Amino acid sequence: MTGAALLGRLGWQSLAFVRAWQDPSLNTLIAAGAAALVVIGAVAVVALITLRGQWRRLWREWFTSLDHKKIGIMYVALSFVMLARALAEAVLMRLQQATAINAPGVVDAEHFAQLFSTHGTIMIFFMAMPFLTGLINYVLPLQIGARDVSFPLLNAISLWLTAAAAGLMMASLVVGRFSTGGWSGYPPFTETGFSPGVGPDYWIWAVTLGSIGSTLTGLNFATTIYKKRCTGMTVMRMPLFVWTSLCTSILMIFSMPALTVATALLALDRYLGFHFFTNALGGNMMNYANLFWLFGHPEVYVLILPAFGIYSEVVSTFSTKELYGYASLAIATIAIAVLSFTVWVHHFFTMGQSANINAVFGIATMAIGVPTGVKIYNWIWTMFRGEVRFTVPLLYALAFMMTFVLGGLTGIILAFPPLDYLVHNTLFLVAHFHNMLIPGLLYGLLAGYHYWFPKAFGFRLDERWGRVSFACWVVGFYLAFMPLYVLGAAGMARRSSEVLEPAFRPWLLVAGAGALVLAAALAALFVQLWVSVRHRRANVVPAGDPWDGRALEWSVSAPPPEYNFAVLPHVAGRDPFHDAKRKGTAYAEPVRYAPIEMPRNSAVGPILGALGGWAAFALVWQIWWLAAATVIGMIATVIARSFVRDVERTIPAETVARIERDWHETLARSAPTTRDFETTAINRGLAQVLA
Amino acid sequence: MNRAARSLTTLVALAPLGGCAALKLGVMNAAGPVAQAQWDLYTTVAIVLIFVGGPVLVLVPIIAWHYRRANTESAFRPDWNFAWPLELLIWIPPTAIVVGLGIVLWQSAHRLDPYRAIALSRSPVIVQAVALDWKWLFIYPDAHIATINRLPVPAGHPVRIELTSGTVMQSLLVPQLAGQVYAMAGMRTQLNFAASRPGVYRGENTQYNGEGFARQKFDVVALPPADYQRWVRRMQHQARPFDAAAYAALFERATIPAPVMYSAVPDGLFGRIVDRSRLPAAQAQR
Ligand code: HEM
Ligand SMILES: [Cu+2]
Repeated sequence: MTGAALLGRLGWQSLAFVRAWQDPSLNTLIAAGAAALVVIGAVAVVALITLRGQWRRLWREWFTSLDHKKIGIMYVALSFVMLARALAEAVLMRLQQATAINAPGVVDAEHFAQLFSTHGTIMIFFMAMPFLTGLINYVLPLQIGARDVSFPLLNAISLWLTAAAAGLMMASLVVGRFSTGGWSGYPPFTETGFSPGVGPDYWIWAVTLGSIGSTLTGLNFATTIYKKRCTGMTVMRMPLFVWTSLCTSILMIFSMPALTVATALLALDRYLGFHFFTNALGGNMMNYANLFWLFGHPEVYVLILPAFGIYSEVVSTFSTKELYGYASLAIATIAIAVLSFTVWVHHFFTMGQSANINAVFGIATMAIGVPTGVKIYNWIWTMFRGEVRFTVPLLYALAFMMTFVLGGLTGIILAFPPLDYLVHNTLFLVAHFHNMLIPGLLYGLLAGYHYWFPKAFGFRLDERWGRVSFACWVVGFYLAFMPLYVLGAAGMARRSSEVLEPAFRPWLLVAGAGALVLAAALAALFVQLWVSVRHRRANVVPAGDPWDGRALEWSVSAPPPEYNFAVLPHVAGRDPFHDAKRKGTAYAEPVRYAPIEMPRNSAVGPILGALGGWAAFALVWQIWWLAAATVIGMIATVIARSFVRDVERTIPAETVARIERDWHETLARSAPTTRDFETTAINRGLAQVLA
Repeated sequence: MNRAARSLTTLVALAPLGGCAALKLGVMNAAGPVAQAQWDLYTTVAIVLIFVGGPVLVLVPIIAWHYRRANTESAFRPDWNFAWPLELLIWIPPTAIVVGLGIVLWQSAHRLDPYRAIALSRSPVIVQAVALDWKWLFIYPDAHIATINRLPVPAGHPVRIELTSGTVMQSLLVPQLAGQVYAMAGMRTQLNFAASRPGVYRGENTQYNGEGFARQKFDVVALPPADYQRWVRRMQHQARPFDAAAYAALFERATIPAPVMYSAVPDGLFGRIVDRSRLPAAQAQR
């Protein structure tokens, strides 16, 4: 066999290290350094696990687990790793623009283009999506009183496909180069005629794997919500987070396929010489723009709605009060979800279509502002006449409301086609969408992380470091992004690796400083985790209800048992656990325990993920034998799995009884805490209830 | 102490100045009727938006602070969860504002449609712009001249630019004069504007198109009409004739260090470039 048949397009030149060796410059050294970080990081993790002899345990208890809680935790862990990388890239981009003002800067133009492409792609597909999917995974079954999602194996498969796609993103740092076409991958720039390398192929396959995973996740969550709610939980009694998860899932189901089709057609163009989006032979990139944004705009709400749900939970819990206007929050959520499919053209007002079309889509865009604004007022009226406790999650909620509204205002500006003509594709747009996504997504997910962490791990996160990190996220955001509005209004194009205008310097310097503060925010988050794990004994909340919570997830121990609920709950209202505590019926021990059936572990998830990842890698490098082998392997795995009949495992009643009795003993031993001490070591997770 | 204070004051005073220098390059410093109308629209919308965002910005901190747990004076009604008057207050006024803004939007989208010719008494100048890697070609079909990376126009005359791309999609923006429109291969789009006073205005491509992107800038030079006519005549006589080599050079992926001028530009060059990308690569070389 010749080398090309064996290794496709792979060669020594593909390695970042070789390129840095042959042509040492700051630019190639930064690339090699990043590649080295990936390699060293991977080797260190493998070595650590091997030295500690943890492979077997990890495989048995985590990788092959179908437990929605473990899958959720793995999703969130993945998203933190990817957040670290994407944020590092953001800081590098800010550094570049602050220094490359009529000067060379630190990286070259092509490298800079890879940075914004990977940053955007990772933040959306491999930071935000896994993070929110992880939180929904963890919380959703607990909130609806179920033991798992509807399709536990599918859940694991989604996780491992996403992880494989994230792995592919990491591989692109070491072997080859990534796309320079941005997170939206617009052709014809990403066609072979203009981007002959492997970059766009990395992008196509990473995004395709990720979008398939997300479609499956959406189906899984929606089915779970339709089918697995406990007795008494009518639709209008679902916690708000379940509502937003439902709408997000529906949006995933309907929008993700548009992306899969867009990337698939682009792949046909690139691999088989089709002409869907090329300049020649009847191709037309406008079709791509429509397909991409038919996915892209609903995607924005896929990202933001779960955070809205989190804020609803957080604001209500930490205001010690029922949510104001439950029905209007639910209606607003549905309205947003429906309207989100009617506005995609606002991403290309400048494509030359008629004023009528632009005006219709502009007005539809503004219309979404109404239900969104309603939600914000609902949270304000929830605090009204409450008792607001300024814990870290609530602080994020407040910062979100104050900051998100600014992004909403600039969004209305962008909805006016004549104003969009001026600031489209400039840093104004970059400022706008970060102004929506950082408060509306990242703050929300971080609020959820702080809120539910004690539930998942049985101990609270350190409050002080949480505040430090919060302060840095907020200050850093304003410093890093407010200057971009000015620069955009002054006409500075986005994605610029160089700046020819010295007047932009002061603003770029402030934005650069802001990026450093944001990096400090992430560092503080990691320090917080470290400190909290070290001091976990002082902060344990085994009773399971550290915040005087309202929904069902707080009615079980922390961490919850594998089966979630020894006896499936019945609910009769919107805040079932809150009401039960007030009525004195919470924590009732059942007369007897029954055996519980749970899904058996399965290696299918990790196997499909590994094969899928290698298939994607093989397609990127055109190693056809490997692509064929891995795809056949995937099909074979699925067929083999369908013959497995023994997929359930029974937890005997005695085991359930033992676990539950232990917990009830803990409950009996715990002293109830008033809200004044909830962030101190006194809090053991049993809330004092004032009737 | 005194000196430190003084230098701090200077710094604080200078920071906005530096900022103003940046904003002078944008629509705030509009130099033509289109950009001026856009800026007016911008200020109108911004004023309305104060009333949209203001209540949230005021209410969130006040309510959160007033109803803080430590404040034992404030009312506490943990079961209160709805009130029709509030509900109407949060649905109806925002809807009304959106309806109002929607009317403004509809009208402005038509009034400031980039395809709409500028109503000025003087005769329009027609320019055909071709987006290239990583430069702009401007063809003046009536004068049979062309320029790369410089767009002289007569001040006070309407300018109609017809756009296409000889390569990937790009977007032409001159912030002080008008908004942007995409240039796409095989298609024609249009942008109308005018410069009301002589001056030099920065123009650029805002759609990423490869390594030379950040340098793909050009100047719009608005000249007094008489000077403009002189410039056209001078170009017709002195500039390099546009030949086959010049045509081939257009499609090289490169930035160019300084603007270039051509004379003797053949009829139909723009149409030829539009058609070029409809053909398979082999025939397109013609
Ligand atoms: C946390 C701090 C963050 C910083 C400092 C940051 C910074 C940046 C910078 C400098 C750019 C390039 C701007 C340009 O084109 O000139 C960018 C682009 C982008 N960012 Fe972020 N970002 C952050 C967070 C996020 C988050 C949370 C998301 C989404 C969830 C996100 C999504 C994007 C996207 C989609 C792009 C566009 C990429 C493209 O041009 O294709 N960013 N960001
Ligand atoms: Cu959108």
